[in-house]
Amino acid sequence: MAHRGSAVVQKVALPALAFLLALLSGGILIALSDPLVLPLIGSPWKFVKAAFRSAGKAYLALFQGSFFDTNLMTHGSFISGFYPFSETLVIAAPLILAGLSVALAFRAGLFNIGAQGQFIFGAIGASYIGFKFELPPVLHVLFAILGAILLSAIWGGLVGLLKARTGAHEVIVTIMLNYVAAYFLLWLLKTELFLRPGRLDPLAPPINQSAHLPHLLGKDLRVNAGLLIALGAAFFLWWLLNRSTWGFRFRAVGANAAAARTAGISVPFVTTAVMAIAGGLAGLGGAVQTLGTQYALTTDAAGSFGFDAITVALLGRANPIGTVFAAILFGGLRAGGSTMQANTQTPIDIVLVIQALIVLFISAPALVKYIFRLRDIKTGSSVVSKGWNG
Amino acid sequence: MSEREREVGSLSAPERRRRRGIATMFFLGLGALLAFVIIPKQNETVTFGFVMDKEWVAFHEWSVSSKTGSLGFAIVALLAALLAYLQFRARKTIRLASALFSFTFFMSFLCWAASGKFIPFTGLLQGGLLLSIPLIFGAMAGIISERSGVINIAIEGQLLAGAFASGVLASLTHRNWLGLIIAPLAGVLVSLLLATFAIRFAVDQVILGFVLNVLVIGITGFLYQRLLIPYQSTWNSGSTLNPIRIPILWKIPLLGPILFNQSIIVYLMYALVALITVGLFRSKWGLRMRAVGEHPTAAESVGINVNKVRFRNVLLAGAIAGLGGAYFTIGAVGTFGKQMTAGQGFIALAALIFGRWSPLGAVAAALIFGFANNLQSVLSITGTPIPSEFMLMVPYIATIIAVSGFVGRVRAPAADGVPYKRGESH
Repeated sequence: MAHRGSAVVQKVALPALAFLLALLSGGILIALSDPLVLPLIGSPWKFVKAAFRSAGKAYLALFQGSFFDTNLMTHGSFISGFYPFSETLVIAAPLILAGLSVALAFRAGLFNIGAQGQFIFGAIGASYIGFKFELPPVLHVLFAILGAILLSAIWGGLVGLLKARTGAHEVIVTIMLNYVAAYFLLWLLKTELFLRPGRLDPLAPPINQSAHLPHLLGKDLRVNAGLLIALGAAFFLWWLLNRSTWGFRFRAVGANAAAARTAGISVPFVTTAVMAIAGGLAGLGGAVQTLGTQYALTTDAAGSFGFDAITVALLGRANPIGTVFAAILFGGLRAGGSTMQANTQTPIDIVLVIQALIVLFISAPALVKYIFRLRDIKTGSSVVSKGWNG
Repeated sequence: MSEREREVGSLSAPERRRRRGIATMFFLGLGALLAFVIIPKQNETVTFGFVMDKEWVAFHEWSVSSKTGSLGFAIVALLAALLAYLQFRARKTIRLASALFSFTFFMSFLCWAASGKFIPFTGLLQGGLLLSIPLIFGAMAGIISERSGVINIAIEGQLLAGAFASGVLASLTHRNWLGLIIAPLAGVLVSLLLATFAIRFAVDQVILGFVLNVLVIGITGFLYQRLLIPYQSTWNSGSTLNPIRIPILWKIPLLGPILFNQSIIVYLMYALVALITVGLFRSKWGLRMRAVGEHPTAAESVGINVNKVRFRNVLLAGAIAGLGGAYFTIGAVGTFGKQMTAGQGFIALAALIFGRWSPLGAVAAALIFGFANNLQSVLSITGTPIPSEFMLMVPYIATIIAVSGFVGRVRAPAADGVPYKRGESH
């Protein structure tokens, strides 16, 4: 039992402490850059008080925008106070899927920076099928999602194929393909095929009602079936990695490619397959975002989901379950960040700082151990990418 | 062993790579013939202008009919590919042939794309050089860091930090040369985090670099919204450095105004490239750097403090990239813009790998990217048959082709990305 307990502490304490440290550092940045705080530097007590007030107000808004806000309980309904949490989950759903994409690649020893481009192709596929075809409701959604997965799996698989055949490093190829995908989307939205009739700006026709992902908790809350898809995908990936032969092969290649090759596993095949599945997962995220939230393809179809996905996967330590929680946390930071910017004029960019710091602290357990004088936290990260020669 | 291998007809890895490179050249050359010559298009005259400023004039301009130009250059490109094939037989380096190929392929495309237009050739080259400046600084930073064994994905963050710091300080003090001093320091600050976490805490370096980029993008973006926008006149109203003409040299036809009428940052860049090229292979500093990057255990055994050498070189890399960042603000536009480096750090990284961790190779790659990018903007003004988005993709697709076709399995310094702990053999 004692062992079990300390394992839980290890899994929870380190992320929690990292989160705390990141919030603290972000708070210092907020306070010090506040024009109302800095002039008080002459009198230390007033300065500290003002600093706490400044950061406190921002973080209160962050909480209200991401989880629960008493001001929203207008109709006497307790549930409506949770509107912000629904927004958090709306952002979390595509983020989970894109995060799983990066996590899967990590487990096979690949660093997939290309979730952004794969997400874009998923959004393109889902959008096209969503507005072009007339199908019965459930079937239409399935068809659109299938199209999205197929397109993005090809886009992702291309990276794996290039790596397997020519040794082109996936970090470079995915970075480059992200740009290619972004420009491709810009071009596509100007073509006849994707131009909304009667409009000249880059905006695709609206997705047909039959392809919309249904809302889960009534029409007022935007949280939709995309969340269930994301959770389903997380479970699938958990099963794939931990319970299936293929998952074992993926992890074997990730742990030691040379040993895996000796054991008869085809490393080129695994590389291609993993990148294709990873692409499909990120593309599914693009489909969920398009069919569940945006309802039309725009130039900003992928936002920064593909990049946030990397920090999500790192925070979740490339573990499907951890990725889900990390995505909900970062979804909350994003949703709350918008409210914080609107209510307290604290730029949402602070969210990036907090995200980066969390991952930085997580990836250096020795540092967190040192700061908090802890002994029983295991050092060494489960996420290890391969250098250029890997 | 190698004799027998040749008998069986198998090629060594570099030979296979070269063969693939030559195949790519033939393929692209034939593609040029098909696309630029056979596909019908209005055949008008292309005019290239060679005069930019008041330099001495060798010739003013050159006009050629679009079809003749693209056909001629495409044929020369194919001949270059043939030359490469012959050199391959003669087991010589194919560098000359590929350079010739690249140039003629590019000219063939230009003749096709700019039919009926005027192309300011000097301006095209000068703009290309300007666009490649941050890339060259970034790639040099990457070389120093990675040659000593620490992967540097944080180039983007170092550039952005340098751009931010120099822009802000130049604006606050109204002395833009101060930006040249603060920018390297800002880069060093990012590097300090990179070095500390990578060397002291042995954090995975690819991940670390990525996270540091996010951190710098976040901090500069936050401060930009919080201070630089509301208080623009004090915080973000810097000016640019004036160009300095090098006497006589700037009058050289064609090259003069491109190379010798630039701001001090560009001259610093020339010096830096020369110093690194020589220093890396001809100095104690360079030897130690390569030793700890290739075989740290051996380096340690002759009394080199591996982690100290690495730490210092990573800081130096940050200073170089930070200085390059100053080009974005005080070198080009004066004021800072949110995420104004726009992924240039990643392109610099690609240039470094494209150039196989060699300074001159990286410079060549950076110049190619810079020119391709500038060609795109010049052609988008004059108008082309190709959508501008596809032109914008060119540097990225070229990089992919390069790492998978020409470069193939690149070999980084052997210990690049591997943390070193005393007493553990690798």
